[in-house]
Amino acid sequence: MYRTTTALVALTLGIAFAGVAAADPVEDTLVIEAEDGMVEIVTTAPAPDHLKDVMDTIYSGWHYREDETRDLERDDFDNPGMVYVDRGLDLWNSPIGAGGESCAGCHEGPESLAGLRAVTPRVDAKTGALMTIENYIDACVTERMGQESWGWTSSQMKDMLALISMQSRGMAVNVAIDGAAAPFWEKGKEIYYTRFGQLEMSCANCHEDNQGRFIRADHLSQGQINGFPVYRLKDAGILSAQQRFVGCVRDTRAETFKPNSEEFKALELYVASRGNGLSVEGVSVRH
Amino acid sequence: MMRQICLVAVLSMSLATPALTETAPKEVQFHEGKVEASLSGQPGDPANGIKVMTTAALGNCVACHTIAALPEVQFPGDIAPPLDGVADRWSEAELRGIVANAKMTFDGSFMPAFYKTEGFIRPGGGYSGKAPDGDLPPILTGQQIEDVVAYLLTLKE
Ligand code: HEC
Ligand code: HEC
Repeated sequence: MYRTTTALVALTLGIAFAGVAAADPVEDTLVIEAEDGMVEIVTTAPAPDHLKDVMDTIYSGWHYREDETRDLERDDFDNPGMVYVDRGLDLWNSPIGAGGESCAGCHEGPESLAGLRAVTPRVDAKTGALMTIENYIDACVTERMGQESWGWTSSQMKDMLALISMQSRGMAVNVAIDGAAAPFWEKGKEIYYTRFGQLEMSCANCHEDNQGRFIRADHLSQGQINGFPVYRLKDAGILSAQQRFVGCVRDTRAETFKPNSEEFKALELYVASRGNGLSVEGVSVRH
Repeated sequence: MMRQICLVAVLSMSLATPALTETAPKEVQFHEGKVEASLSGQPGDPANGIKVMTTAALGNCVACHTIAALPEVQFPGDIAPPLDGVADRWSEAELRGIVANAKMTFDGSFMPAFYKTEGFIRPGGGYSGKAPDGDLPPILTGQQIEDVVAYLLTLKE
């Protein structure tokens, strides 16, 4: 919409509006050196069918970061996010339940959860509820281990999220958007295109209409979440997808939704579906 | 980092409380996008206009626009048309209208409305992420908009 208007303004006024050439995502490929071998990550893929009318190609946010930041993700030894994965593994094996239960006691190794990150958020067949990985973790912690909830952004929650996400590294994101997921997906889509806040900006305004351009010094990516949780250099910590949403909505001078709100859960499903076909990155690195 | 930004935002909010002599945002008359009268009843100060346009917590115009006359601005964005020569393309009243509420000139524009206080979806108090305490002030005061317009009027080619 805005592009046509601008093009029109530029045309009718006969001015060259090129300015600084829009910077495309960097051409590069990601192969991660892990303890047990090399993991190929699909960071560029054809857009899923439901996005075909707005874009041809989807890109991981990795393509929009500087060389040094991209390099940190090529080797687990350099990836600062791996510390949190290790902490998650310690937590996994600890007898933290009211009766001394551990995650490992029920699930054995964390690799038993391989694949989960690629298909969540998803609708739980039994309850009909939309479930993020955090929701599954919370159900175990509170209902099966008799512990107080860890909340949605505590360090315990994010360490465990990092560990579980890593088990799906390299697998293609493939969240369901039809059937029982459809109403949640529709709701998420509506939120994605709503212009929130005093700045009246939607996710799409930045990450669809203007991806590849610079908003001040920030190179706008497609806002994909296949890389989440991310290790964010600016925060020197792990960030979940919904924490990133909080930051982006706040930057529109809006009252944000909270992590684990119905709105952000639906939005997480919708944004995840825009990345169907990209690899889960496990724990990625962003600036 | 975040704390700093919030602090700046809070400061700018208190600055954005409009003086009583200014035309209230709700009262501004747009005619085909144009606003004829000064919002503050005073002339603008172009030097302060530059400050408003290049300060992140104020207008932050350079988040989206480049301005060749201000080469010292680091990393301007490239989302919107360069502002070079805008005074040749638009009159003072048109520029005042664009800065106050660009959506009156460009339907559905991505450019924020800097002198508007209602009609938003979940507006927040500045960059706090929370609902505002009390009435929502405009992003810029009427005088700040006059200052910006005064500077834009110097951008001739
Ligand atoms: C005012 C512009 C703006 C709006 C509106 C906006 N974002 Fe962002 N977003 C950014 C910037 C700048 C970054 C950091 C650079 C990048 O990765 O694009 C970012 C980063 C992200 C990332 C991290 C991508 C990565 O790989 O690290 C996600 C996910 C994201 N945004 C999702 C959203 C969603 C969902 C919405 C709407 C609720 C939204 N954004 C609204 C500007 C915006
Ligand atoms: C978030 C992006 C954004 C910000 C911030 C922004 N603008 Fe704009 N501006 C635009 C876009 C996009 C256009 C092009 C019109 C359209 O298509 O909507 C525009 C158009 C204009 C025009 C007409 C340009 C021409 O060449 O004809 C002027 C003048 C202008 N803006 C001034 C400002 C001033 C002054 C500020 C700050 C007080 C500002 N803008 C902040 C996005 C922005």
